[in-house]
Amino acid sequence: MQLHITTDGVPIYLQIANQVKYLVASGRLAPGEEVPPIRVLAHQLLVNPNTVARAYLELERAGVVVKRHGSGTYISDNGSPLARKERLKILAQRVDALLAEAAHMQVAPEDLIKLIKDRHESMQPEENK
Amino acid sequence: MNVSDTSPIIETSGLSRKFGQKLALNQVSLKIPRGRVFGLVGENGAGKTTLIKHILGVLKAERGSVRVFGFDPVADPVAVLGRIGYLSENRDLPPWMRVDELLRYTQAFYPKWDPAFAEELRNQFGLDPAAKIKNLSRGENAKAGLLIALAFRPELLLLDEPSSGLDPVVRRDILEAIIRTVAEEGRTVFFSSHLLEEVERVADDIAIMFAGEIVLAGTLDDIKDNHHRLILRFESPQASAPKIPGVLSLTGSGREWTVICNGSRAEVMASVARAGGKIMADDTASLDEIFIARAGAKNTGKE
Repeated sequence: MQLHITTDGVPIYLQIANQVKYLVASGRLAPGEEVPPIRVLAHQLLVNPNTVARAYLELERAGVVVKRHGSGTYISDNGSPLARKERLKILAQRVDALLAEAAHMQVAPEDLIKLIKDRHESMQPEENK
Repeated sequence: MNVSDTSPIIETSGLSRKFGQKLALNQVSLKIPRGRVFGLVGENGAGKTTLIKHILGVLKAERGSVRVFGFDPVADPVAVLGRIGYLSENRDLPPWMRVDELLRYTQAFYPKWDPAFAEELRNQFGLDPAAKIKNLSRGENAKAGLLIALAFRPELLLLDEPSSGLDPVVRRDILEAIIRTVAEEGRTVFFSSHLLEEVERVADDIAIMFAGEIVLAGTLDDIKDNHHRLILRFESPQASAPKIPGVLSLTGSGREWTVICNGSRAEVMASVARAGGKIMADDTASLDEIFIARAGAKNTGKE
């Protein structure tokens, strides 16, 4: 699990929690996969162990991870209830960038939507058409 | 839970100190709880080292009191110093000694010295046992100082500007040592720094010192939760800073301005609206921004 911490404002526990959510939503952390123990991650990221503990607590409350008694912390089996929301959030950022670029190139949003539909169509396997 | 678990490791109360006419410490009252990392933040000359010298009993309190592990460090140095691993800002190690001699020499002072741990750290830090202290690089010198501060597993690790003037690799070793120390149950770290990025990474609690006074103290989480960075935008360029009372700092030019504020934002938001501005972004401020805003507010207050 590779995370990247900055100190430009967002509290560090929140950066850890958000990045784990992102990794789950994007499929880079699979259900049932174990996340590193608190001390190991604290050492890896060079942050206070209490900060990692707080991030894991937030993730547990959000249903993203579960603690198994005496063994460790794992990504939830049934997928996080937040996963869809998080996935849409990730996509929203991409859409924002796409819209900004389209505006620069003087492509109207309607044309962009049509382009997305066309591209989707062309990506479907033959038998579905 | 017994009493010793909840009583603070360090407690200063109304501590003041003058050097000539200069007030080096002004009514400093702090409590450092057990098992946490405490970061003391301030510019050079703010009084950080003077405070640390009082904790070590090198300086006697002129006014107010200092207690470390519940003892007065001046009256009872034996009860205090043997339990503190200290890395001084000046790294004043005996230059004529070899690294192995330094370790043997220091070991003699500490009954709890752990030779296996000392050897592990020496290997990890890449220190040659036959090297003379005076021939060590700046980074190696800092690592040798850190090694002898750590090797008897002190209850309190006290580091004065540990990263000052060091390259990123050595700074990483120092941060790792802090994290490792606090991860081992019950131990406490107190460090002073002007590198706010490091403080933000490892501290549980912080205090900001300015001209001998503590201007802000609390848990890092609370301080981060309470300080906001607002980006304001105005319809037309503002020739001078818009009037927004109750903020810690206001910087910018033209149409866009940045506000650092703490506590309730409702009043600030109302003032912004009255001044004809819109809030474009509302984020958590970085510790850097909080420090600069606090120090700036203090400066203006003195004028």
